[in-house]
Amino acid sequence: MAVVELIGIKKYFGHVKAVDGIDLEIKDGEFLALLGPSGSGKTTLMRLIAGLESSTEGKIIINGEIVNEVPPRARGIAMVFQSYALYPHKTIFKNIAFPLVVEGLNKESIKKKVLWAAGLLGIGHLLGRMPSQVSGGEKQRVAIARALVRRPKVLLMDEPLSNLDAKVRHTAREELKLFQREIGVTTVYVTHDQAEAMGLGDRIAVMNEGIIRQIGTPEEIYHEPVNTFVAGFVGIPPMNFIEQDSVIIGFRPETFLPTELITDKDLMKLRFRVERVENLGSYRLIYGTIGDVKVISNLSLPYPIKEREEYDFSVRLQDIRYFDKEKGVSIKK
Amino acid sequence: MLNRIIIRGGFYGALVFFIIFSASPFYVMLITMFKRGHDLFNPNNNPFFFNEPITLEHLDLLFTQTLYTKFLLNTFLVGIAVVAITIIFAVPAALSLARMAGRWGENLGIGIFLTYLIPPTLLFIPLSRVVSTLGLQNSLWSLILVYPTFTVPFCTWLLMSFFKSIPREIEEQALIDGCSRINAFFKILLPISIPGIITVIVFTFTLVAHEYIYALAFIQDSGEKTIGIGMTTELVRGDVFYWGALMGGALIASIPVAILYTLFLDRIISGLAMGTAKR
Repeated sequence: MAVVELIGIKKYFGHVKAVDGIDLEIKDGEFLALLGPSGSGKTTLMRLIAGLESSTEGKIIINGEIVNEVPPRARGIAMVFQSYALYPHKTIFKNIAFPLVVEGLNKESIKKKVLWAAGLLGIGHLLGRMPSQVSGGEKQRVAIARALVRRPKVLLMDEPLSNLDAKVRHTAREELKLFQREIGVTTVYVTHDQAEAMGLGDRIAVMNEGIIRQIGTPEEIYHEPVNTFVAGFVGIPPMNFIEQDSVIIGFRPETFLPTELITDKDLMKLRFRVERVENLGSYRLIYGTIGDVKVISNLSLPYPIKEREEYDFSVRLQDIRYFDKEKGVSIKK
Repeated sequence: MLNRIIIRGGFYGALVFFIIFSASPFYVMLITMFKRGHDLFNPNNNPFFFNEPITLEHLDLLFTQTLYTKFLLNTFLVGIAVVAITIIFAVPAALSLARMAGRWGENLGIGIFLTYLIPPTLLFIPLSRVVSTLGLQNSLWSLILVYPTFTVPFCTWLLMSFFKSIPREIEEQALIDGCSRINAFFKILLPISIPGIITVIVFTFTLVAHEYIYALAFIQDSGEKTIGIGMTTELVRGDVFYWGALMGGALIASIPVAILYTLFLDRIISGLAMGTAKR
């Protein structure tokens, strides 16, 4: 179990600033989700922690020891790649056993540990097969079992669920969280899928252009975004923005509702012209404009809405967030 | 129904045609080596059948009056040595070129391939100076020295595209799983690359066996000749072609190659395919 500290980490590839100054402390046993669009530097940051890249500047500290010069094999980390990177010429058993074989353990204890890891992931029946003979979801479990078998101090995962189909991904997410809690390993989880980050992370670090835009619990990230990037990136659909003088007003689609349906008194009333309604079963997404600004409402209550008509919609004042127009940072009002 | 018969007929027709097409040279070699000289040279005889009783005279000529077995052995020895040298140089070269980031790797790779494109008919002149300066003329060592000049670039190129198709993540996974770079290469990358390496071995062997110009230029002693020049210089005397012995020698020499290809056909195909497509 371990604490990971990053101090002033920078990584430049020529002129490209992949990681541009990051300070971060990952607590013991914490599940930290690194969330960001592609090209935001989140994978590079993870590879820096793993030791697959060396940083241009800054310190990486695992359990109080500076590991900048330590090769990946000696950092006490394990990693699950997006492609799972199973060894194609080895059976599932030998795949999981490989880190232990390299370590030079005897056969007895290797077998014991492999069976433990396989049991934890529920893949005991696959041990004799080759990687090409198991499904995508099973490959992912094998990769995780191989990562855990050495009892790493830090577990790094790079979009491990993105190659799974939607149904499997849901159950895999739940299981991932359960077993991470069970063994309590410090985990860094890279993803561009905010549902994964919100559902799995104890904390989320939102990254863009090589820096961390905000770090906090899923609730903080969602309800108190510190800037328009985080507000616009997190949430499906994203936060609505309306410019008003020198400030940007932001509100989430699910807080933007027909005035009649809101019981509160402190409201900001808006005239909403509906262009299109998407019925998604348990809720409707209503696309339209206020003035000439495009906004979206997420309506889960029954209320008759027709396309190409205007309605009175409102947002409770407490649900409104304000941002500086120039810098895009949050302003308290 | 009729359609299906036509399609099937066409299919089997094509199959039979290609079988005859590829097998007929072997058939001609086989019957020629057992035909009497008189049968062979009579234009009124059907060339595809025995018109007179068979004979072993050509095989006798081949094995007792030429150094045929020595030629075979020489080819084999040069082949083994050149394969070893090629593997030792081409594997690390291909791996580093495949993994080299940016334009340098690609340009270097192209540069190496360009050296392969210079024809031996030009290169043998400067190379013969090299060989004679080193005092290697008339020795198998001259071929062992010179053959890698074309097998190494060719095999580097072949292996390069093969290594490129192995995801870098598999190597990185090995580094994380506790391997050093060297260990990751020997424990993970090399075993995965076996189809590619077998392809390289077979190709190198074939290249060596059918090389002609360098062998002709550097070797004059019968005892040091390889199969390609040995046969054509010892069994074509002036304008006399010893067809029976030539055919027999060619057939016998091609048997090991055929066996090699058949044994490893699947791996060779997957080796070549790996070079072109991602799995």
